[in-house]
Amino acid sequence: MYDGWKIILGLAVFVVIVTLPFTMSVGKDYVKPEPKIDTPEIQKMEKKQCIESKQYMRETHIKLLYSWKDYATREGKRVYIASDGKQYNVSLQNTCMKCHSNKEKFCDECHNYVNVKPYCWDCHIEPKVGGLK
Amino acid sequence: MISRRDFLKISAFASLIGLGGAISINALEKKPGKNVLKDINALKGKRWAMAIDTRKFKTQEDFEKVIRACHKNHNVPEIANPLHEVKWIWTDDYEHSFPGTAEHYISKDIKERKFLLLCNHCDNAPCTRVCPVKATFKREDGITMQDMHRCIGCKFCMAGCPYGARNYNFLPPRDYIKELNPEYPTRTLGVVEKCTFCNQRIDKGLLPYCVEASEGKIIFGDLFDMNSEIRKVLSENIVIRRKVELGTQPMVFYII
Repeated sequence: MYDGWKIILGLAVFVVIVTLPFTMSVGKDYVKPEPKIDTPEIQKMEKKQCIESKQYMRETHIKLLYSWKDYATREGKRVYIASDGKQYNVSLQNTCMKCHSNKEKFCDECHNYVNVKPYCWDCHIEPKVGGLK
Repeated sequence: MISRRDFLKISAFASLIGLGGAISINALEKKPGKNVLKDINALKGKRWAMAIDTRKFKTQEDFEKVIRACHKNHNVPEIANPLHEVKWIWTDDYEHSFPGTAEHYISKDIKERKFLLLCNHCDNAPCTRVCPVKATFKREDGITMQDMHRCIGCKFCMAGCPYGARNYNFLPPRDYIKELNPEYPTRTLGVVEKCTFCNQRIDKGLLPYCVEASEGKIIFGDLFDMNSEIRKVLSENIVIRRKVELGTQPMVFYII
């Protein structure tokens, strides 16, 4: 093999770089994100149920919010009819955050974990810690 | 060795499967939610318009009350520097409110009056035509609405608006709001904002904040409804509009 040491060195560097994400996290503790729902508003509820099922909200909350934005600003449609027939005001600040008043323990918990930075809070006002107002 | 004919057959079937795959994947994707509807209490109108009775606005307090109601509820920042200020509703004198149409020999009383100015929600709004991202657009009921999520801050609409109704957020607006209204969002640095005719209130069946705070000095209604109060007021009084010669069809009328 001509220039064998160059090839092997190159391959070794390649392998090191490719496996960096794994090797870098060796020794670090895995912290599972645990969004909390222990706000006074949710504790008061008899059945602790968001507007849709937990799984659905987990998977598609950003799509839901995005469609809400379009419905409200573009079409003036501001009443959401959930799968169970209940009606909700189409509003992040006045519906979602009224129950989930613990943004740091709820939203940020997962968003920080997966390193996404949604810009909702540049404009929308997050509830004050310890309940609204 | 496969023949040319077989190769075409195989690729045709393969592309069919590919197309079918895309359709079935899209169909399987969950649609967000069940349904989103209009509020049954929402005010129904085809062309919202406003008539401001300038005869009834006498003291500074009359104007202040209306401006405060709007700016406080919509989290409008208070910036003293006129280069950076943000306003949804404000006042100016006769000469500057109605240039071109300003009658030189009109009564002294009118000349000395102050006029409440806001976005005119023009029927033929130039701002919506110049917006490159459709962040500002006409709602079906005539409101010139804005989608702050879409605004890229290019300021074309500010150049397009002949009424100076649009302001750019040169400074972080949150720093200049004394008391936040937690029910309504603020804006962010680098977007353009203006009056929205309180569409969020109309959609719930309420009148705009300024109309409510004016206590009858401002009349709001549907211009396309022959029997509406605004049509009655417009037919019974002398009204003027700002810069009609530009053909923007402003929807804010001034009773003089």
